[in-house]
Amino acid sequence: MRYLARRGGLFLVTLWAALTVNFIIPRVMPGNEAAAVLGSFRGVNPAALHALEIQFGVNTHRGLVASYFVYLHNLATGQFGVTAQGVPVMTEISSKLPWTLGLVGVTTVIAFAIGTIVGVASAWWRGGRLDGILPPTLFIVSSVPVFFVGLLLIYVFAVKLGWFPLGSNYSLGATPTPTPSFAWDVLDHAFLPALSLVIVTAGLWVYSMRNNMITTIAEDYVKTARAKGLTDRRIMFDYAARNAILPNLTGFAMQLGYVIGGAIVIEYLFSYPGLGYLFYTASTDHDLPLMQGLFLFYTIAVLVCVLIADLITAVLDPRTREA
Amino acid sequence: MATGFSADIEAADATSDAQAQVEPHRFLRAVRGNRKAVAGVVILLVIAFAAAFPGLIAPDDPQATIYPPNLLPSWNHLLGTTQLGQDVFSQLIWSTRLTLWVTLIVSVIATFLSMIVGVTAAYAGGVTDRVLTVVTDVFLILPVLPLLILLASYLPPGVTSLVLVLCITSWAFQARQLRSQGLSVRSRDFLVSARVRGERPMYIILVEIVPTMTSLLAASFLALAVYIVGFAASLQFLGLGNSSELMWGTMLYNAQQAAALEAGNPWWALGPGAAVALLGAGFALLNYAFDEIGNPALRPVRRGKRGRAAA
Amino acid sequence: MAEPLLEVDELTVDYLTETADVRAVDRVSFRLDAGEFLGIVGESGCGKSTLLFGMTQLLSPPGEVTGGSVVFRGRDMVRLSPGELRNTRWRDYSVVMQSAMNALNPMKSIGAQFKDALEAHGDPSAEQIRQRSVEVLGLVGIDAAHLRSYPHQLSGGMRQRAMIAMALLFTPQLVIMDEPTSALDVVAQRSLMSKIKDLQRSLGFAIIFVTHDMSVVSRYSDRVMVMYAGQTAEEAPTDAIFERPLHPYTRGLMTAFPSVTGPRRELAGIPGAPPDLVRPPSGCRFNPRCPEVMPVCRSREPELYVVDDADVRCLLYAERPAEAR
Repeated sequence: MRYLARRGGLFLVTLWAALTVNFIIPRVMPGNEAAAVLGSFRGVNPAALHALEIQFGVNTHRGLVASYFVYLHNLATGQFGVTAQGVPVMTEISSKLPWTLGLVGVTTVIAFAIGTIVGVASAWWRGGRLDGILPPTLFIVSSVPVFFVGLLLIYVFAVKLGWFPLGSNYSLGATPTPTPSFAWDVLDHAFLPALSLVIVTAGLWVYSMRNNMITTIAEDYVKTARAKGLTDRRIMFDYAARNAILPNLTGFAMQLGYVIGGAIVIEYLFSYPGLGYLFYTASTDHDLPLMQGLFLFYTIAVLVCVLIADLITAVLDPRTREA
Repeated sequence: MATGFSADIEAADATSDAQAQVEPHRFLRAVRGNRKAVAGVVILLVIAFAAAFPGLIAPDDPQATIYPPNLLPSWNHLLGTTQLGQDVFSQLIWSTRLTLWVTLIVSVIATFLSMIVGVTAAYAGGVTDRVLTVVTDVFLILPVLPLLILLASYLPPGVTSLVLVLCITSWAFQARQLRSQGLSVRSRDFLVSARVRGERPMYIILVEIVPTMTSLLAASFLALAVYIVGFAASLQFLGLGNSSELMWGTMLYNAQQAAALEAGNPWWALGPGAAVALLGAGFALLNYAFDEIGNPALRPVRRGKRGRAAA
Repeated sequence: MAEPLLEVDELTVDYLTETADVRAVDRVSFRLDAGEFLGIVGESGCGKSTLLFGMTQLLSPPGEVTGGSVVFRGRDMVRLSPGELRNTRWRDYSVVMQSAMNALNPMKSIGAQFKDALEAHGDPSAEQIRQRSVEVLGLVGIDAAHLRSYPHQLSGGMRQRAMIAMALLFTPQLVIMDEPTSALDVVAQRSLMSKIKDLQRSLGFAIIFVTHDMSVVSRYSDRVMVMYAGQTAEEAPTDAIFERPLHPYTRGLMTAFPSVTGPRRELAGIPGAPPDLVRPPSGCRFNPRCPEVMPVCRSREPELYVVDDADVRCLLYAERPAEAR
């Protein structure tokens, strides 16, 4: 459908923009930093070094445009470069990916569920106790930067009460084995980071879900449903909630970038060795290829989620079908 | 559309346009009557006072390393001392000015850029609109914090870089809403008459269209400020600021580097963290109240015989 | 006289907000007999839609019925329990809203929305549902294939007729229509009106028809009620209102609409704007705009006075001592 084709086009343009941002950055770095950064790389084999030089625009006699196309070609053939330690970027990313995927994936689903349920319920029972305390509270909490939520949770539950470990993803000296005790260890370590993310993300979603629900309830077709004598439950689900959620699915997917940012901060705070922590160390090490690779990865992840949301909307919302 | 309160009556039952324009005097009355708005204003005023007159609240030199290190809060040191023996409370108060300044500057610039892009897209239409919309969408999808980190790692650390990268990543945030508003205003008579008079497009945009959008612009400013506060602090917290500058975010960085939560004075970290949260909450409260004032459907409902939205 | 189908007595609707309480409907009373066509006419903001929603318990917060009764077939709708209310809805009376585009769920097919209504009152089989749906669509001249269509796929006129078909699913005794023709062009309006009248004649239901356009009801209604600022201004049989409008406001409304067939005359409006109901004018609410205003109008509130077969809320007729029901 034309709608999806347009969205696909946006996908490509955004991807291109991210690639170009990556390309431009080393070239606008002040002074001779690019060469210096490259010089600090250790254990890089000559072929990879050459590719990096092209990426950085160092030691080449090619023009800007030519370098750009070589850079794009490298990416297309899967060469994402190597990190400052000489490890291929893709390897680094794929080894840390599962931890972040677990953390962010689970928290997003939970936050979405909480946000939707609380948002719908508080809008439906306007003026009730739920509506009075929960949405404003969650909204305020979600406006608080995620690191503060994390700090508080660490201080109260890890330092003071000692209920949860201070950081990392599993205990020192434990070996990753698919046993229940290891799984419990992992969950124990992931609990506070996950809680921080859920609190912030759910708050955002509750607020927008509630407002959308309120607007939907005020629509004439909900009034007609009441007039027809449908039960409240039927109206709430079939007429109000469904119509309030679906158009906003894409908007929710677009917020994923914010969640990813939050995960970076949380992983740093909890020393949780996922992609976010990797990004942080890359930034302190000035490991440009790794940062660029991660940035690209994040962008693609958000784009994929947005496309999926668009797809679901296109399938479930009859208005996107042509007459 | 009828004017006055009677419009609200019919609108409350019929489908209503979300952003109703609100007259100034009724608006001030609404602000005063809204608890959240009052709370938000109070918070912001307190913080603004601390920014303007830090010496009145905390006369000590915030960077003097004259006290014993890592003290816990006491009457002499309301928030304790840092690892280097500086008074945390003083630092907090004296950091307010720069923190608030950065927040406001970025929010103003980003709102302004949002507006230019949004309204130009709406007014110009056609290809310009398409291009600007695509550019906006791209910036909306690119993950903000990673981009911020990427940009900031390669610029000299400090406030100027901070402001620059924040502006680059935040202008797209409200551009869509401002464009929608611009679209709804586009065909009104006073604009047609301006065009016929021969005014140039930029003039029309700035002098005729923008003043009609003041409430939306204010709301955008507030919504943006909530996030800018957090992003600025987060960037500095991750070490991308200049740790010798006096800002809440840099205090957090220093505290984290010294493992203040676990091994030292936890309030060195919790203090500035709470301050950032408070500033964010102040803007958020005002924003929430703004939404309610602008959209009558969202206003608090007095509980009737049945406490439900649909009876 | 036979029992009226519907008797509204002193119905009052207020909007209770944090800043002010507004009386949108002020002690409105009228009765409706079986098969009667009552037109309710007034400007935007006069409370006619609010009256409808108040009567049918479809108000949204902050609106609330704060007084009066609505006795339909012997039962007071205002005091029914939610369960009883739900049972009688759509079966005994139904509502047609102003804009079908807004009143039909954009995400459900027409057939699905008919099915909802049918299943809400009983346990019909799939075949029964389909049969009845096709039947009502046939009544309004829509092809059965459109059961699968979505609202945005139909034309404006078809959507409106689909809404009317939906309202007739249970052949109710009363159909309440809130400006169903406002969203249509003049030709579609006329065609829809005559369709509605045909259906009324063949199925025998009563109609309450709310509109701001008097000419629309002039041909079809039995009685007309004119509302102003939340109150009944005048109520009379249609012929009486058109031949001998008594209230100055009604007279103003007459001159505001051109007649295609009648003699050419100057169009006059009614100067001024409807009053702000937060602070209504003292005395008669129409006094700031009334061409026949008297000094006493600014201080004394008129009651409804009986003049032959009409009720008028105007001090011009205050010599009559008896107040109308």
